[in-house]
Amino acid sequence: MQSNGHEHVIEVTDLRRVYGGGFEAVRGIDFSVRRGEIFALLGTNGAGKTSTVELLEGLAAPAGGRVRVLGHDPYTERAAVRPRTGVMLQEGGFPSELTVAETARMWAGCVSGARPPAEVLALVGLEAKAGVRVKQLSGGQRRRLDLALALLGDPEVLFLDEPSTGLDAEGRRDTWELVSALRDGGTTVLLTTHYLEEAENLADRLAIMHEGRIAATGTPAEVTAAQPSRITFELPEGYFVGDLPPLDELGVGDHEVDGRLVRLRTRDLQRAATGLLVWAAQAGVELRRLDVRSASLEEAFLGIAKEASAKDATAGPGAAGRASAGADEAMTNKEHAA
Amino acid sequence: MSATGSPARTAGTAKGAVTTPMSRMAALARAELTLLGRNKGTVFAALFVPLVLPFSVYSASQEMDLAEAGLTTGTMVLPAAIGFSLLFAVYSALVGVFVVRREELVLKRLRTGELRDAEILSGSAFPAVLSGLVQSVVLAVGCAVLLDLSVPSAPHLAIVGLLLGLVMCAALAAVTAGFTRTGESAQITPLPFTFVSMLGSGMFVPLDLFPDRLASVCELLPLTPVVTLVRGGWTGDLSAYEALGAVATAVAWTVVAVFAVRRWFRWEPRH
Repeated sequence: MQSNGHEHVIEVTDLRRVYGGGFEAVRGIDFSVRRGEIFALLGTNGAGKTSTVELLEGLAAPAGGRVRVLGHDPYTERAAVRPRTGVMLQEGGFPSELTVAETARMWAGCVSGARPPAEVLALVGLEAKAGVRVKQLSGGQRRRLDLALALLGDPEVLFLDEPSTGLDAEGRRDTWELVSALRDGGTTVLLTTHYLEEAENLADRLAIMHEGRIAATGTPAEVTAAQPSRITFELPEGYFVGDLPPLDELGVGDHEVDGRLVRLRTRDLQRAATGLLVWAAQAGVELRRLDVRSASLEEAFLGIAKEASAKDATAGPGAAGRASAGADEAMTNKEHAA
Repeated sequence: MSATGSPARTAGTAKGAVTTPMSRMAALARAELTLLGRNKGTVFAALFVPLVLPFSVYSASQEMDLAEAGLTTGTMVLPAAIGFSLLFAVYSALVGVFVVRREELVLKRLRTGELRDAEILSGSAFPAVLSGLVQSVVLAVGCAVLLDLSVPSAPHLAIVGLLLGLVMCAALAAVTAGFTRTGESAQITPLPFTFVSMLGSGMFVPLDLFPDRLASVCELLPLTPVVTLVRGGWTGDLSAYEALGAVATAVAWTVVAVFAVRRWFRWEPRH
């Protein structure tokens, strides 16, 4: 297994996490991450991303299912896993009165095979802040310090919980570059994010989490491809939807009409768009507010959230709906606190 | 971010050694020592109080019939002073350290690394335990100089008592931190044990001057065996049976405290 370049470094099977109050934050998820891959857990606040990552980091024992990191149980076989992983928590965890250099030195003393602290601080652009107390750092600088510490031990597996939250656009791009470079050097990265752009740019594969479950998984292209593309336009004066060419001939899956506004969803965008535009040209009408867009991760993401809530609604507005509303709230609080 | 250094897994650059429990705890203890020096409130509580409170014991002792209990001013004041040091510099200070580190998510962060749970607590406790030890030595020397305290007749008892006291107070601080929610409440939650110990563990009034039944209950308090052993170390009038009983009581409290920490210590803030 070690010699295999496509070895699974992280394996998660039917994983569950239940909090003290009985709230089920992770409800049976499966995924695996190959060596040298960036895998993103994408989801809104309260989707269960942090709850999942904490189980992978070995901070808590799962309520059910199985986690293997580098072939070991990260909770019960802590000593076997920890020297080979690096962790960036969602929120700091540094004594506010220590300086950046003191914090890095302390952490270096707790990490086997640590790189020189100054080297990793330079890597994240914090070398000029070495003498500054942690409490005086900006939110973005703290995130970068956290990233630096996660890199101190040259980890084989890196867990990044919302690595770019609180960073400005430039800092975010720097972090992306650094994480990509790490992956190119052979590091396996599992990150969580609620930025679609981040998952799209960075992840080799991703899973979209919703209410403790994985709603979709694959490469960004695969997840996106599973979603229809969309054409929106305003019906010309005096025309009705029935006046358009037959929609199934255009490859349109379904449509909705909102006043004069028509939305078509299709898996064959070129055929649908061509058909529609040829019709408009022949009829000599202008399609105002025309908007043609191929499926994006954003639409996949919104589509999944919509589908899931539709499912909740058909299951009845009773227990399930209320439970998940309460759950969202609980998780949001949790994620704020954590 | 600058382009210096390679982000990727390095080969050949200077890298640190494999860590050991001792090296990890040393790194943590060093950071905690730095933090202790920067927290003026803790420094005051930890250094000033245990060095000043003994004067109140001294004045109280002047009104007691110490000879009846077989004590001198020195053998009355020193064990009390060491008790204050354990209660303020070690116990109360550490409740604050554990709670604040937990609320800052420092404990959670530390648990993501190679440090084991016991190493995290021991390393964090080290500076306070060290300050308790140093104070006790300073107090012993001070009492010898100022109160004509003689050389201890059974120093091994005093040493055993002090070491047990240090470990027990650190463990009890972790227990107390387990049910303390915030840094502010960490000012309050150590008070019950502190007061009970000051009154019932023979610090202000020797247990020999207590009614028998009350004294036998007070002998079971956590800090009583520590005070008894330190005092016995100087007076030398502790029988082997009494000494063993005191050691057993202190060890039992320590074991119970360690069990309670393993069972109930909270590593993250409540949500």
